[in-house]
Amino acid sequence: MIRNFLISREAILLLVILVLVGIISTRFPGFIVPANLANVFNDTSPLIILALGQMVVIVTRCIDLSVAANLALTGMVVAMINTMAPDLPIVVILMVAMVFGAVLGAVNGILVWKFEIPPIVVTLGTMTIFRGLIFLISDGKWINAHEMSPNFTAFPRAQILGLPVLSWIAIGAVVIFFILITRTALGRAFFAVGGNPHAAVYTGINVGRTRFFAFVLSGALAGLTGYLWVARYAVAYVDIAGGFELEVVAACVIGGVSIAGGIGSVGGALLGALFLGVVKNALPVVNISPFWQLAISGSAIIIAIAMNARANRRKGRFILKQAEQST
Amino acid sequence: MNPTERFIPDRLTTPMQRLLKSWETLLLLVAVGIFTMNSFASPYFLDAWNLSDATFNFTEKAMIAFAMALLIISGEIDLSVASIIALTSTAMGAAVQYGAGTTDIVLIGLLVGLLCGAFNAVLVTIMGLPSIVVTIGTMSLFRGISYIVLGDQAYRGYPADFAFFGQGYVWWVFSFEIVLFVIFAIIYGVVLHKTNFGRAIYAIGNNATAAQFSGIRVQRVKFILFLLTGLMAGIAAICLTSRLGSTRPSIAVGWELEVVTMVVLGGVNILGGSGSIPGVVIAAFVMGLVTFGLGLLNVPGIVMSIFIGLLLIGVIALPRLLTMIAARRA
Amino acid sequence: MLDNAGTAEVAKPVVVLDGISKIFPGVKALSEVKLELYAGQVTALVGENGAGKSTVVKVLTGIYQPDEGAIRIDGHPISLPTAQHASDAGITAIHQETVLFDELSVAENIFIGHAPKTRLGLIDIVQMQRKAAELLASIGAEFDPDVKLRDLGIANKHLVAIARALSVDARVVIMDEPTAALSHKEIAELYELVEALKAQGKAILFISHKFDEIFRIADRFTVFRDGECAGEGQISDVTEDELVHMMVGRAVNQIFPERTAALGDVVFQIAGYSHPTEFADIGFNLKKGEILGFYGLIGAGRSELMQAIFGVTKPSKGVSKVDGVIKAVRSPADAIRSGIVYVPEDRGAQGAVTGLPIFQNVTLPSLKKTSRNGFLRMAEEFALARKYTSRLDLRAASLDQNVGDLSGGNQQKVVIAKWLATQPKVIILDEPTKGVDIGSKAAVHAFMAELVAQGLSIIMVSSEIPEIMGMSDRVIVMREGRMVAELTGDTLTPQTLVRHAAGIAES
Repeated sequence: MIRNFLISREAILLLVILVLVGIISTRFPGFIVPANLANVFNDTSPLIILALGQMVVIVTRCIDLSVAANLALTGMVVAMINTMAPDLPIVVILMVAMVFGAVLGAVNGILVWKFEIPPIVVTLGTMTIFRGLIFLISDGKWINAHEMSPNFTAFPRAQILGLPVLSWIAIGAVVIFFILITRTALGRAFFAVGGNPHAAVYTGINVGRTRFFAFVLSGALAGLTGYLWVARYAVAYVDIAGGFELEVVAACVIGGVSIAGGIGSVGGALLGALFLGVVKNALPVVNISPFWQLAISGSAIIIAIAMNARANRRKGRFILKQAEQST
Repeated sequence: MNPTERFIPDRLTTPMQRLLKSWETLLLLVAVGIFTMNSFASPYFLDAWNLSDATFNFTEKAMIAFAMALLIISGEIDLSVASIIALTSTAMGAAVQYGAGTTDIVLIGLLVGLLCGAFNAVLVTIMGLPSIVVTIGTMSLFRGISYIVLGDQAYRGYPADFAFFGQGYVWWVFSFEIVLFVIFAIIYGVVLHKTNFGRAIYAIGNNATAAQFSGIRVQRVKFILFLLTGLMAGIAAICLTSRLGSTRPSIAVGWELEVVTMVVLGGVNILGGSGSIPGVVIAAFVMGLVTFGLGLLNVPGIVMSIFIGLLLIGVIALPRLLTMIAARRA
Repeated sequence: MLDNAGTAEVAKPVVVLDGISKIFPGVKALSEVKLELYAGQVTALVGENGAGKSTVVKVLTGIYQPDEGAIRIDGHPISLPTAQHASDAGITAIHQETVLFDELSVAENIFIGHAPKTRLGLIDIVQMQRKAAELLASIGAEFDPDVKLRDLGIANKHLVAIARALSVDARVVIMDEPTAALSHKEIAELYELVEALKAQGKAILFISHKFDEIFRIADRFTVFRDGECAGEGQISDVTEDELVHMMVGRAVNQIFPERTAALGDVVFQIAGYSHPTEFADIGFNLKKGEILGFYGLIGAGRSELMQAIFGVTKPSKGVSKVDGVIKAVRSPADAIRSGIVYVPEDRGAQGAVTGLPIFQNVTLPSLKKTSRNGFLRMAEEFALARKYTSRLDLRAASLDQNVGDLSGGNQQKVVIAKWLATQPKVIILDEPTKGVDIGSKAAVHAFMAELVAQGLSIIMVSSEIPEIMGMSDRVIVMREGRMVAELTGDTLTPQTLVRHAAGIAES
């Protein structure tokens, strides 16, 4: 198991991140102090949570471009609920956010499952629809910090054992997804559906329904992140997290999730997100303009897919007996 | 084989029957409907100059959509087009700072667009990587370079005569852009529907293996299509930069999705193999009219996007829903 | 395994297929077939390609529903509407091309769908790994249950499939050409495994083309021919020759066109063609007006060779000459220009562009002829399409009908018309009548005769013995990527073909 890990995509990525952190810390020791690293992790938490959901969707040979719009819409909905009912317990808010996000995800899932519309078209459409709905329900207005109740905005920032709740939620999501992926029938079905849809049918797995659940999961996580995002930045408006869906896809691709389906891991999604998070947080520290970030993540995506493609290149067919033996 | 062989007609349907049953006709009805509603809804709508202004909503995007339609029919996609605009515009702006004249600016615009297209083409056709992720990557990379160059600054100071491309009029209310749009619509329509190259695109999108087995050089065709898409993004960048008179790295953000929406709304199968240029032309008008009409009614742009999104899903879901209902009845 | 004493008195079969028929549009794939499988015995299912073997496997595993007849388990009638039902009934298949999941671990592949659970409802990994390890050990597999399937070779993937079959506690194990891709050592190990399964009382259906292994491993046999039972019994009661006869005995049923024209000069030559992994030392001459047959088992490298000749893949060595001139064929476009065309076996994937109309399919490789300066001329296209499709007696509503809407036989005609329109010198037909109904078959055969009479030369890959016998002037037999025999005249008999293809020594 350990030997397998050492030659895995995840190990290479982990090494890259560690080297990156190492190089930065030789010149800027402040970067590596625990408080700063915790800060980097907390800052990357929304990306980690969303990357987990996206990973599951991509593994089933789909893509969810609506996650950022879902995040923004759900964020607006819970912010409005908060302005109307400031005393609602946070637990209820969390539940509402997840359920609402899951419903939005289910819309994607139904369109993919029952109507067999290509996922990229579905989520391209729902992405613009969700953004538009935010404007409709909010009338284009912002909901600012002073309109939100203090406990609403304080929750993600509350410290437990030295880490903010936001970070703990990301950690929790990673753990839950790890269990889901490795220890449940549904989790394995995601991989079966993406890896070999034909064979999945032979083993009694419903391909469409499995994809539906992947979208629901992705939606639920987007909804949860919607609340956390709005509360953390204490503002809700139409354009929050604009374009964030591509960063989420980028995290997955860098983390070795194959766009062709069937390949991906929780560790990969986590590390892919962390890589982007480290780059983003390190740039100001090493005095490189933060404007470099986009180009760096773009290059990282291209390098990552080129490397993955090389690793997965199919071997030819062996008919000649001596050819088989000599390899 | 034998003299009494059965006769098979060339076609069973007349051109008129095919036209009536086509996606383009349905879309045209939608366009006419929107046009009529708009003219009732706002007294300002049926003004030649207002309508002329409205065309700027879609001409630049539509130019890219023509090349994108060919690319999607061949089974690939390019999500980096908006970022190519950003990089091209940045390159042109930078050239201006070194005193480039209008001709130089335009040449640089075309060249950078082509180079970006070539970069995608190499990654997809020579290295064999999937175009959807490649262009998500180059989408970040190209715009990222613009951000590195410009940061939160902007390039201005384009020469006065450069303004013609995005603001000039050829004759009466007909702008340079709408004329360019019409010319490209004709060129792409002819290329796709009337040439061997166009036929090869359909064959590749339907069945790349069979196309290769029929002697079509699949990768070469795809390479050319990525080049064309880059070039069209470069041309769109010239028009847009000229119209805005400045370059910021956030120029044309989100356009790639509007372009893809236009193409899919125009009846192009996102999985490749079918679609037409007339369909894309009408889809461009539909999207332009919706935006313009709702704009006259003071409906903000973001709400229109709901409409566009519903249109995108609806046009694909509706036929499937009808077949599903029909199947259930039977 | 020639002594079968003691097994004969095992009375009741575990599974009986009784009068099963399966009809596809235009083809009766199975016609009232009977098949009995007994506990602790290996039943070999023998037949040519297209005899209905894989259809019967799909009926047994719940993928296809029979149109007539009954499936009985322990004497009780049962229906198998889905793959899950078949699995629940204790029937499991190890497919020719292992249908499993590369990215999952060995243990997960074995237990997908029925993994052991903890009290919390989660997959019990410890338990699963332990059970998987036990199963693997019981069949002599020497790899960890936690490695990913993609890191295993074909032989080991087979072992995983077998372990999966055992994990569901199957009573009936179907092995569909399990040794097709294995080396000699691996085959020997597989035989041991089959013996072990027998000892555990499993009923085994063993599908194979290789006679030596049928006689080595099987207790009983059933022969299928054209979707019907052509014989069954104890393997100890038959000889190889009798089995071959049952398999191919219907040669008289089909009438092939008479051909009288003399052969001309050599038009096409292949010399020293080799590929790193697929074939080696291939060389032959083809004369004008000749039909050269290529016979062999599935996976003998025939299609791979043809695709290399056509420029789809690159051979590592060798030259090809047309009319004595060396031609560098680096792509299908080069081959077409040299007058060589290829009608592939897999029409859906490689031949017809099903989403395009008939006339556009026909003109696809000939667009240069029907166009002017790169611009299409529809009238020319229709004329060309009409000229060649009418020669083939195509049945279609109109020439702008999509090829996907045509029957298999008519799709094949469109593909052949497409190639004829290029006016080739050499036409390579890969399984020209596979999946084609009887009526269209005769038309295709008649047309082939007509073509060679007009001076074309044909290379025909076929796995159907009557077709090979009836159509070819000369037959090259391939086995494991090499030419093993060239048969003509008196030496060309069903027996010699089967013997050379399967590697059986002369008796």
